[in-house]
Amino acid sequence: MPADHPPLDRAGLVRGVRLGVPYALVSFALSLSFGVLAVQAGFTVLQAIVTSGLVFAGSAQFAALSILAGGGSPAAALSAATLMHSRFLAMGVALAPSLPGGPVRRAVEGQAVVDSSWALANRGDGTFDRALMLGTTAPQYVAWLLGTVVGALAGDLLGDVERYGLDALFPTFFVGILLAELRRPRARVAAALGAVVALALVPVAPAGVPVLAAAAAALVGLGVDPGGARRTDDRAGEGG
Amino acid sequence: MRLSEGQVWLLIAALVAITALTKAVGPALVGGRELPRWAGGVIGAMAPALLAALVVTAVLSDGPRLTVGADTVGVAVATLLLVLRVPLVAAATVAVVVTAVLRAVT
Repeated sequence: MPADHPPLDRAGLVRGVRLGVPYALVSFALSLSFGVLAVQAGFTVLQAIVTSGLVFAGSAQFAALSILAGGGSPAAALSAATLMHSRFLAMGVALAPSLPGGPVRRAVEGQAVVDSSWALANRGDGTFDRALMLGTTAPQYVAWLLGTVVGALAGDLLGDVERYGLDALFPTFFVGILLAELRRPRARVAAALGAVVALALVPVAPAGVPVLAAAAAALVGLGVDPGGARRTDDRAGEGG
Repeated sequence: MRLSEGQVWLLIAALVAITALTKAVGPALVGGRELPRWAGGVIGAMAPALLAALVVTAVLSDGPRLTVGADTVGVAVATLLLVLRVPLVAAATVAVVVTAVLRAVT
């Protein structure tokens, strides 16, 4: 791996920021509902804001939160978030050769990865536009944090927010991500199995366990993929 | 179960550590190498499996009971709109409005 990467490309950074703005709008709405629901689930306003500021991963935050809100244990919430995070392993491996410097610097820059920035910075030839990735992430981070601040404060002030229907936001966003995923046949099988396993366990298993058990559906990924390894790797990071 | 403030802070600390670790491992340790094929396949299938489970449990269950509520209808309408290629933000707005209106009138 060459150590002499060029300095950060300013034009790429600006282009990334522009590309990131529409995603930032979605981030704002989603994190607003996270803030509201987190306060409802027993987080303080500060705790909701710190979570978004330091975790900054919608799918994992909602996975943990919905398990807690449903009465699940912190261990189940953490496990679900960790499983949801596993895609960052694959995304980080793919991104690594495009990051400059030694392991510590690469690990730090790797923190900037979110799904949309990873996908937009992917040149499709095995390399990534690092400046574009950092630029795309920046407005989304600001929006994610701001939305959480607004949501947590609103949730704290308004009391019971269920009547505003905000709890319908995050499932809708996840359906949006899922529909993009479902173009892959194996993702369809994994999603269908995951949904069936989770629903079947709801009446009998402790809260949180249905979602965790649904992760076993990912084992369909072990099956033979007619598209071969390269396509599998390309897809690994498209998740929510 | 309602967590104490201290328990929530512990959970947040664990979430932060896990997030930093999963994002750091790839760039720091496996730079330039590829994941084994089986691992790529399982990781690629993890997000759809978990997302589907989260969506159905969020809209079709209330504690240990399977239920259909206003949010079920709101998210179902939004899903239909998404299939018809309506933009995500518009579909999400519809989901919230349908859910809120149904709760107001029922």
